[in-house]
Amino acid sequence: MTVDVDVKTLVIDEQEVSARAGQTILEVAQENDIKIPTLCHLDGLGDVGACRLCLVEIKGSNKLLPACVATVQEGMEVSTNTERLQKHRRSILEMLFAERNHICSVCVSNGHCELQTLGQEQGLTHVRLPYRNPELTVDASHERFTVDHNRCILCTRCVRVCSEVEGAHIWDVMGRGIDSIIITDLHQEWGSSACTRCGKCVQVCPTGALFDKSKVGSDHPKYPDFLLQLNLMREAQ
Amino acid sequence: MSQTITIDPVTRLEGHGKITIQLNGQGEVEDAHFHVTQVRGFEKFSEGRPYYEMPSLMARICGICPVSHLIASAKACEAIMSVRIPHTAAQLRRMLNLAQMVQSHALSFFYLSSPDLLLGMESDPAARHIFGVVAAKPELGRAGIALRRFGQHIIELLGDKRIHPGWVVPGGVTEPLAPAKRDEILAMLPEAYAGIALALTAYKQIAASFKPEIEVFGNFPSNYMGLINEDESVEFTDGALRMIDPKGNILEDGITATRFTEVIGEAVEPYSYTKFAYYKPLGYPEGSYRVGPLARLNIVKSMGTPQADTELAEFKQLAQGLVQSSFHYHHARLIEVLYGIEKIEQILTDPLILDKQVRATAGVNRLEGAGQAEAPRGTLNHHYKVDENGLITWANLVIATGQNNNAMNKGVLQAAKHYIKDGKFTEGILNRVEAVIRTFDPCLSCSTHAFGKMPLALTLLSEDGKLVDQVIR
Repeated sequence: MTVDVDVKTLVIDEQEVSARAGQTILEVAQENDIKIPTLCHLDGLGDVGACRLCLVEIKGSNKLLPACVATVQEGMEVSTNTERLQKHRRSILEMLFAERNHICSVCVSNGHCELQTLGQEQGLTHVRLPYRNPELTVDASHERFTVDHNRCILCTRCVRVCSEVEGAHIWDVMGRGIDSIIITDLHQEWGSSACTRCGKCVQVCPTGALFDKSKVGSDHPKYPDFLLQLNLMREAQ
Repeated sequence: MSQTITIDPVTRLEGHGKITIQLNGQGEVEDAHFHVTQVRGFEKFSEGRPYYEMPSLMARICGICPVSHLIASAKACEAIMSVRIPHTAAQLRRMLNLAQMVQSHALSFFYLSSPDLLLGMESDPAARHIFGVVAAKPELGRAGIALRRFGQHIIELLGDKRIHPGWVVPGGVTEPLAPAKRDEILAMLPEAYAGIALALTAYKQIAASFKPEIEVFGNFPSNYMGLINEDESVEFTDGALRMIDPKGNILEDGITATRFTEVIGEAVEPYSYTKFAYYKPLGYPEGSYRVGPLARLNIVKSMGTPQADTELAEFKQLAQGLVQSSFHYHHARLIEVLYGIEKIEQILTDPLILDKQVRATAGVNRLEGAGQAEAPRGTLNHHYKVDENGLITWANLVIATGQNNNAMNKGVLQAAKHYIKDGKFTEGILNRVEAVIRTFDPCLSCSTHAFGKMPLALTLLSEDGKLVDQVIR
């Protein structure tokens, strides 16, 4: 018996690789130990291509593509770490830092923060843009968790995990553009929402925006890997 | 013609300040002020933050004494949570606070003040610093550096970081003490004992040559306040406050953190961003008092450790009644360092010190809470109010330097009046005026935390001193 697999061959960073049709560039790169920085992507969740950190260059195209949602094509030549991409990634990170109030030294995620780690990895030493210093609130109405909008980067991982994995869909995004904000239910306090108190959103949040109550500075490592285990167990059923 | 002498910035201090001295037409000192010239704003920007974030937020006020802020803040949070922390956590925090006191006192004495004391007030300013001390008195210089390292290293062992350790949290500490860390601290003790013995001997030898300075360096009767245990021994982390009058009589005992604002008021002077604390029953400025090493040694009956008790007995012989000259802050500081080392050794032999129960948990059970501790330079009080979700709605901090503010100004005026005659002064004389401030080891960055609505009062008095009008903002 033969299995009919549609195989694509392509080049990523001068390395010849093969992939199954329909796979994303990110998936194939990860399979081949080629590191592409990501932020809104999380293994186990659907992708939205929101943060643009995983942008890659395709030979013959002037357009940059987000590796998390762009699928592989036969004969593609992909570059993941050109000077142009590095510059764009740093600019994106600068904008993320300037947009809200990220004070690493007193943040619960200091030392475990994906935004902070990316800044370090991408060689971000300064933010050239003026900080917006918006006045944002902290919702501590929930019995177990707190949301600090000052630290939210709108990656929507919380929205996706709550909808796709927990099935509760209490998180969503309100507003447009720079005024966007994550909300619970129809913009009610988290504490009075239909939250199931599972805590998945807290574990997948890449920054200190969602955190367990009473956790303070560098006291709060997160374990988003649970998602892969959970998905495996569900598939096995 | 009248003249103003400005010393700006005052050097070898923690933070930014300046001194102005006003001379009249005859060249005599008319008035002198110590100005704290920076604004911070911690009380304002902590509003809206979760209360359990306060210790790590407030620790950022200071890089020298973050531990005192951590502890006072955590205790205020524990009042909000209404919990009593486990015994081991209390002991570990006590050790952390003492380690900080040792390193901070070593910084004050060796790095900031010993250049004046060991090299001389008139010595060449270009060499009047810690490196000059190391060159002239290498053994003593090394002892000072080692003592600072001793304290800093304990803080690092316990809290993972020398500055702003995140280990102290509302409810206790995040991790118990590992046996290897205990043994490492125990192994450091002999060097620390040798260092402080050397420093005490050297200080006592030179102190006699500073008799003129002792006479005029903030040498006046005042009230004193500090933490004290029930057995009247010195305390840095728990206990309650005692206030005594200039004769040593107890004005008030058992001042807990919650009662602090009942008893202590804060006045504002137009020339400084630091407030002026006073004992309310006596009013301002009569109720002004001193805090810190000198105050602590004046209020206690004992240190509670054998070697420091011997030193305390000798210290109390320096004057009849209370020891009033601020110059003796230096001596008191060294005795406290000795006490700190002895106490750390005692704590490490506590059979429960390696216990794993080090953190109590709870939510908001009270909407207001206050906590206090002794910072190296004096009493520190944190007072918070929260909403039902535990977000800070109001915060007030009373810092040691604010409590010594009146005494520092008085001390500067006293020294300036003594040394500046006929409008003439030398660099050495101005250094002496600065050195008065250094005796208090003020932390200016800690003291200027108020921001926004300053409690400013304007008072209009008639010629005969009667109140005509008053506007309070």
